[in-house]
Amino acid sequence: MTDNTADTPAGPVLAADGRPLKASLNRALRAQKIRALLLIAPLLLFILITFILPIADMLFRSVENQIVRETLPRTVAAMEEWENHDEAPGEDVYAGLYIDLFEAAEFRRHTRVGSRLNYEMTGISSLFRQAGRGVGRFDTDIYTDQFTDLDAAWADYATWTGLMGDSAIRAALPETAAAFDTWVRITIEANEDDPAEENIEDFVFFSLYRDLAGSGYSGSNALLSAAADAVGGFDSISIRDQFEDLDEDWLNPELMETIWVYSPSYTPGYFLTAIDMQLSADGITAQPEDRQIYVTLFGRTLFMSLVIMGSCVLLGYPIAFLLANLPMRVSNILMILVLLPFWTSLLVRTSAWKVLLQQQGVINDILVWVGLVADDARLQLINNQTGTIIAMTHILLPFMILPLYSVMQTIPPSYVRAAKSLGATDWTAFWRVYFPQSIPGIGAGCILVFILAIGYYITPELVGGRTGTFISNRIAYHISSSLNWGLAAALGSILLGVVLILYWIYDRIVGIDNVKLG
Amino acid sequence: MSSLPPYASTGQKVWFYSFRVICGLIFFFLIAPIITIIPLSFNAEDFFTFTPGMLALDPDAYGLDHYRDFFTNPDWQQPLWNSVRIAPMATLLSVAFGTLAAIGLSQSHVPFKGAIMAILISPMIVPLIISAAGMYFFYSRIGLQGTYLGVVLAHAALGIPFVIITVTATLVGFDKSLTRASASLGADPVTTFFKVQMPLILPGVISGGLFAFITSFDEVVVVLFVGSAGQKTLPWQMFIGLREQISPTILAVATILVVISIALLTTVELLRRRSERLRGMSPG
Repeated sequence: MTDNTADTPAGPVLAADGRPLKASLNRALRAQKIRALLLIAPLLLFILITFILPIADMLFRSVENQIVRETLPRTVAAMEEWENHDEAPGEDVYAGLYIDLFEAAEFRRHTRVGSRLNYEMTGISSLFRQAGRGVGRFDTDIYTDQFTDLDAAWADYATWTGLMGDSAIRAALPETAAAFDTWVRITIEANEDDPAEENIEDFVFFSLYRDLAGSGYSGSNALLSAAADAVGGFDSISIRDQFEDLDEDWLNPELMETIWVYSPSYTPGYFLTAIDMQLSADGITAQPEDRQIYVTLFGRTLFMSLVIMGSCVLLGYPIAFLLANLPMRVSNILMILVLLPFWTSLLVRTSAWKVLLQQQGVINDILVWVGLVADDARLQLINNQTGTIIAMTHILLPFMILPLYSVMQTIPPSYVRAAKSLGATDWTAFWRVYFPQSIPGIGAGCILVFILAIGYYITPELVGGRTGTFISNRIAYHISSSLNWGLAAALGSILLGVVLILYWIYDRIVGIDNVKLG
Repeated sequence: MSSLPPYASTGQKVWFYSFRVICGLIFFFLIAPIITIIPLSFNAEDFFTFTPGMLALDPDAYGLDHYRDFFTNPDWQQPLWNSVRIAPMATLLSVAFGTLAAIGLSQSHVPFKGAIMAILISPMIVPLIISAAGMYFFYSRIGLQGTYLGVVLAHAALGIPFVIITVTATLVGFDKSLTRASASLGADPVTTFFKVQMPLILPGVISGGLFAFITSFDEVVVVLFVGSAGQKTLPWQMFIGLREQISPTILAVATILVVISIALLTTVELLRRRSERLRGMSPG
């Protein structure tokens, strides 16, 4: 190309105000972008807070598992030393468990961690509830008695605050310091009492005994030195035996293993449960047969959604074809028959089906009246898969017809006529010429119906009975009845993943911008 | 397809009519359940099927008992009132935020347009049960669970995609030179918006608003989790009624809702035609 700007001065093209045109344009564009973003920002923020954060919260809850570590910190820390997992752990773990449970029971948190662990091993919940009452009655008072018999000063709150104010002593008696702090916290926060006026709990003396008997005391405090010399002669009890007396299951290695496996702050456990696996001592294993329900349920959800999608194509294609090929005036009127169900409340349509499909309902009445079915053998049309499929096909049919119709409208009728003029039969012309052009509509409609179907809750809940329910009904059950929110979140996350993949495909085929309403 | 050519063979005639019969049956399947409940709602007795008296068109077999129950029973009046309080507020929020954002999105240079659009549309794509679960978890954390505000915010979020879609669709046909003309005549952007742009996109805004309204008014899954007994809406009461002791009053409520949806459908259709006429897209 020749340079036809040779006679203008070299250098960048300038705008009227003397700036380079490029910079000027960029500035104008930037202003436009900022204005656009400012208009969008309020809504974006609104959606982020009201919608995206909740979804993120759900994803977080599906792996979050801080409750075990937060409620039983000493137990979990002591378990690091537990080597032979075929046998119950040693005294240290139970000592930690004793104080953890005591604290949790005072704050009424032991039932929460009990129910959390109960999802993984049935029976833990009642063990924890029982232990919450039991740990206060452990025989650890023998330590309290022996220390106070040794020196009455041990019963004084002032003695303790004096000792615990000294950082060297705190370092020498780590368990005691932690136990004393815990006791003060329990007294003030859980019982709303003044520590100075309360008796110091047995578990503080128990910790003191463990510290002194374990590593001794080599400091200069006279009271402590005297105690350290005396503990060798103290009567002692095994805290592990105390737990055994409470319930033999506490010495069950499987129980302690469950606590250990679910001690990390984040766990894949809920996701594993959602696919019928479990986390155990031997790594990831399959759930016992009788607890395998989720893979079946996902399979049923997918299968029923496919059946619903298939029946929607079968019923929707002829209607869309008819609407697209009738004169505008007629098709607009018939379109109302499609749009009216689309606009009618979901609950109205579901109640209509519930009423119609009952054993004493209109459809069975008609069948009996016609004579197809005997009066004593009325069909079971509701509270099973049939009911869900019929009602949901009806509810989702407009979502199939509308995209099909909009694609079919764009197919020029001249193609079919050309095919026929070249000798094709009606069927060949339809199958080889018309049908391939309507496939994008089928694809769009199918994905739309499928996405809507697999997440459906209301209709399966009302007409599905026991066999016609979807994964969403299970999610709702875990949120509101079993209160296993982590599992509900994991099931929801899997469902969300499936829907997002399908949606991505839908976007590829149809494009989000082409979503039409009404 | 619209009519049979005179030279059609017998086979073609048979197919032509049987196809129409098939379509008729499918239309019947679509519309019959909705139509059937209307006469059933006037049943004088507490049955869910046509009594012999009704089939014989005996006037005594029909009655307004179920409607009377709906309008006098506090079990239904309180939910109705709650629905009426929640849906318009949610609609207002969706329309206000949604219209602004749709105008922003329709500008020619929007960075990250795809990603923003995906986020704004997401409440429509994510299955309701998942939105409900997430909102239940998160709103309990921040103390919105079981409050009027929580339900309104949740419903507004669900209605926003509909507003975005309808308003951006309207703005596609909007002639930008009109705003430039207005600006050249000395109008500031706010005046231009309210005097020029708003009247033209109003049909889209209103039909988006109607979609948002019906979304909120019909919604049951999210309110079931985010709301508490104090926010029990009409669909919620229907859901309980259908799940526990089904009372024929539900049919009366359903009939009233069908009438409301017919009214809304007509409005949206008229608005769509008006909007297309204004944009010169079809003779309407």
